[in-house]
Amino acid sequence: MNGNVALRPKPAAPPGPAEQRPHRPGPMIRLMRHPELGALAAVIVIGAFFSVSTVRFASPGGVANWTDVASTIGIVSVAVALLMIAGEFDLSAGVMVGSAGLLVGILSTRLGVNLWVAVAAALGFAAAIGWLNGFVVVRTGLPSFIVTLATFFTLQGVNLGVTKLITDNVRVDGLRTVAGYEQVHAVFGGTFSTWDFRVSVLWWIVITVVAALLLKRTRAGNWIFAVGGDPAAARMMAVPVNRVKIGLFMATSMTAALVGIMVAARLGSVTATQGVGNEFMYIVCAVVGGTLLSGGYGSPVGASLGAVIVGMAFIGIQFSGWNTDWRFLFLGVILLLAVLVNNLVRRAVR
Amino acid sequence: MTRPAWLLEGRGLSKRYGSVHALSDVSVAVGGGQVTCVLGDNGAGKSTFIKVLSGVHPQDEGELLVDGRPVRFGSPGDARAHGIATAFQNLATMPLMSIWRNFFLGAEPTRRFGPLRLLDAATCRRVCRTELAKIGLAVRDPDQTVGTLSGGERQAVAISRALYFGARVLILDEPTSALGVKQTAAVLRFIAAARDRGAGVVFVTHNPQHAYPIGDRFVVLNRGRLMGSWSREQISREELTSAMAGGVEFEELTRPLRSPPPVG
Repeated sequence: MNGNVALRPKPAAPPGPAEQRPHRPGPMIRLMRHPELGALAAVIVIGAFFSVSTVRFASPGGVANWTDVASTIGIVSVAVALLMIAGEFDLSAGVMVGSAGLLVGILSTRLGVNLWVAVAAALGFAAAIGWLNGFVVVRTGLPSFIVTLATFFTLQGVNLGVTKLITDNVRVDGLRTVAGYEQVHAVFGGTFSTWDFRVSVLWWIVITVVAALLLKRTRAGNWIFAVGGDPAAARMMAVPVNRVKIGLFMATSMTAALVGIMVAARLGSVTATQGVGNEFMYIVCAVVGGTLLSGGYGSPVGASLGAVIVGMAFIGIQFSGWNTDWRFLFLGVILLLAVLVNNLVRRAVR
Repeated sequence: MTRPAWLLEGRGLSKRYGSVHALSDVSVAVGGGQVTCVLGDNGAGKSTFIKVLSGVHPQDEGELLVDGRPVRFGSPGDARAHGIATAFQNLATMPLMSIWRNFFLGAEPTRRFGPLRLLDAATCRRVCRTELAKIGLAVRDPDQTVGTLSGGERQAVAISRALYFGARVLILDEPTSALGVKQTAAVLRFIAAARDRGAGVVFVTHNPQHAYPIGDRFVVLNRGRLMGSWSREQISREELTSAMAGGVEFEELTRPLRSPPPVG
């Protein structure tokens, strides 16, 4: 800008010599933009490995086995992924599985509440806890890691304390004898087809599709990305930041409760420690699926693929006849690899 | 007043933070199709001035007029509703989101699919591309993330977004401050394009070299006060620089830097 007056008079400023982008990205780059790509590659490699090394893994019965494991993890992981994209964590999601199951059990077997009402009450309870998590986080500005850790311990204490108080035991059973159990079992805990696929697999697929559609194809989805990307800037663009966050905390709690109901419906009994420890499994699935720990980027489909990896690993190791303790070593390695690969891909795409 | 009404006018604006007079009795008038440059050194009151105009912090004294009618902004949303958009230095863009998702953030168009209301992504991509082209940024692929754009290109996204959503006054907070020469030139072209579409641009900067080539009016602030207000014809680049330094010639300020002249 050396004192010229090239920008004047007005007609001399055409929207002209524009900043040309070098080229339209090739199909490879466009493919690599999908956050779930790394997880998909891992699913193929791990699936191929166990299909070759064990006979049962790729059989319909075997698939029913590992999709069952994947579904109960995946249903919550999908919601956790959305929450993480919005920049928050929920460490109380694991214990909520137990809380919801226990609530269904205690209400229906001890207090004579209709089983369907008990199911609705468990979902309502989860919604309330999720709302509380979100409300405290947006009001105080404290890290959700700490807020939901407090919820985690609180619920764990209540789960054990109340269960022991009522049953003198750490489990609630007798659900099978309650009126309406057959129906609830069919909807939440049953199986279908000759290979006994769990009905939870259908729930999982539907929830994944809904979450993916919500994130990529609705206004709320755009807001989720923005809230995790830069909350202050999102507010400036009139995005309802607090509503988005609280809504996602509620959704996460409710998916955890749904899995708790599924466990209760499947087994007819619930233990007080059910679900504890799963909170990190959900985060692992989301991260393996390409979701950033720092928020603003990720994919619910990726989280489901992460859950597929967990399901394949757990059942594959079992089918291989190895000691199942090894599965956590496997998970640790997969987590590290996935994060490294995702990091590399993102840099390449930039 | 030489014209029916200014797009945006501030009369005797003052703002205090505690006992600090951040802004005292400052008046300014912004016309459509004009670039009004607000200049000042660090601490001159430029940020406070922007915050008052954009509704972030309402003024303590003085009045704001839009189209000649007095208004009072309680929030940036109020200002936007009156067609006054501000691009702050962070630009309110998300580096990890695509250009079109950034462009339509908070005002996404939707289409009905049965019971569902889904994002109209095709429209978003098309509008985003044509709107950016209008101010001189050719984007082949609106799906690329904003993080891949240069600082100057991000300004283009913020400017064209504001114009598309009906802004008539565009307040740009130091849009060229961290940019190199070529990108600065590009941003000045974006500003020129916005001006040619009839927007009143308020270009806030501390650099008279950037302001002079494009400004129609120059307003210089110093310690929260109005140093002076000139039309382009009334002031030269040198005089503008000197006014910014508080009447002291830049030459004088930099004299000690030179080696002493050889004696005799």
